[in-house]
Amino acid sequence: MDLYSETILDHYQHPRHSGELSQRSARVVEYNPMCGDSLQLDIKVTKDKVDDVAFVGDGCAISQAAMSLLTEEIVGKKITSLKKMSPEEIYDLLHVPISPGRVKCALLGFSALQNALKSLKKK
Amino acid sequence: MKNNFIKDFPILKRKINGHPLVYLDNASTSQKPLLVLQALQNFYLHSNANIHRGIHTLSQEATAQYENVRIKTADFIKAKPEEIIFTKNATEALNCVAVSWGRKNIKKGDEIIVSALEHHANLVPWQELAKEKGAALRIIPLTDDYLLDLKAYEKLLSSKTKLVCVTSESNVTGTIVPVGKIVSLAHKFGAKAVVDAAQTVGHNPVNVKKIDCDFLAFSAHKMLGPTGVGVLYIKQSLIDDMVPHLYGGDMVETVGQEEATYHRGYMKFEAGTPNIADVVAFGAALDYLQSVGMKNILAHDRKLLAYAKKCFSKYKSVRIFSPQKIENCGGVMSFFVDGVHPHDIATIFDQEGVAIRSGLHCAQPLVQRLGVTTTARISFYFYNTQQDIDRAEKALKKVFTIFKIKN
Repeated sequence: MDLYSETILDHYQHPRHSGELSQRSARVVEYNPMCGDSLQLDIKVTKDKVDDVAFVGDGCAISQAAMSLLTEEIVGKKITSLKKMSPEEIYDLLHVPISPGRVKCALLGFSALQNALKSLKKK
Repeated sequence: MKNNFIKDFPILKRKINGHPLVYLDNASTSQKPLLVLQALQNFYLHSNANIHRGIHTLSQEATAQYENVRIKTADFIKAKPEEIIFTKNATEALNCVAVSWGRKNIKKGDEIIVSALEHHANLVPWQELAKEKGAALRIIPLTDDYLLDLKAYEKLLSSKTKLVCVTSESNVTGTIVPVGKIVSLAHKFGAKAVVDAAQTVGHNPVNVKKIDCDFLAFSAHKMLGPTGVGVLYIKQSLIDDMVPHLYGGDMVETVGQEEATYHRGYMKFEAGTPNIADVVAFGAALDYLQSVGMKNILAHDRKLLAYAKKCFSKYKSVRIFSPQKIENCGGVMSFFVDGVHPHDIATIFDQEGVAIRSGLHCAQPLVQRLGVTTTARISFYFYNTQQDIDRAEKALKKVFTIFKIKN
């Protein structure tokens, strides 16, 4: 199967939930030093659910599409269920074969989300 | 230069993703000719023993072979054998200078000059040394043509300058640096000079006496040798002014319970059992390079670079980071396609069987200076051909198709 599927390219070139949230519960910045990929993820939480999400990123098609696909998944979801998400769910969303060299790219957004959720607990 | 060399490199017959391999990542590491692999195997099959301490035949043979490569390496860069030490790579060689010479000679308030073109290996050791000693780091800036600004360099030099550390060729832009000039200016101010020649020694004849540098570092694996062997040239007059960077067996003269004395000369820098077999195989690499003819390689690299620039600059979306004049360039070309991340370029090239590098190339400050997050890079060696670049251009066209880039 082709790595650069229509879905991946569509999300890379037209990212969903692109931008910043002025009213947010958490902001995290993730960086992949090997690739130079970066992501800034904002989430807004109301009553234990993700109310809104936005991100700004710079990176390869896989990292940016994975983040964009993930933003569509998480709005309206409970914090407790999002914390239980596994990397496999990201691979399922991407729906293309991820080689070992691209695992970090594929999971950058997932890692951003998990860190954002962790930072909520501290507040 | 006729390309009769490909047959000597078994790996170049490989297929990658259904296509014959085109290897354009030579600035990372070169491929190895069969002769080098055979030398490695022969050593283990017939001469394997530890060196410098055995009386038996094998040990003496192994010692002779290892020391013979020190002589060959010295000849290769016009040094004396006692000015050559073996390390695990160029990075360790540069760190050895920072520890063995730097810790003793750099003081608070001194200045160390590096350039904007440096690989992390010739930057981070000096950052750390400066931090440790309270010295200051000064940077030679780039011109808009990706050359070092030598006028700015002259202004940086002063009586405070104790060390100047420059690359002889950038692994990102391919810029060839006039190291002889930089070294002679450093010496005018009484500073010592370090040259990171990792991208040069396998591509262009190097004469350390002409450059007159105090230290020069390079890696065997970028010039047909095995991984795990680096070389540090140290000007002979400086060796006694340096302390070992590693302590242990083989580098000592006498050892008491409380203290030890060390070998004089280069032997004090090779503690423990060195990478004997790979050094021996590196000797075969040096022989092979001599048979190719060192004077031919850079000319071949430049011919391919000129052709690659012609092929790639046809497209509006492609930005090339390379000095304009070919005489300022080695066989390295970084590029960027607007709208496509370099990792995706490298992935699509790989799908077409073309191996290139993408990312920061261990030169993050330089890549930032270029104004992009990362670059894609192709780099040549004497076994590459014009057809390889045609294959790269075909892969580039596939990038345009997949990402719907209009040119």
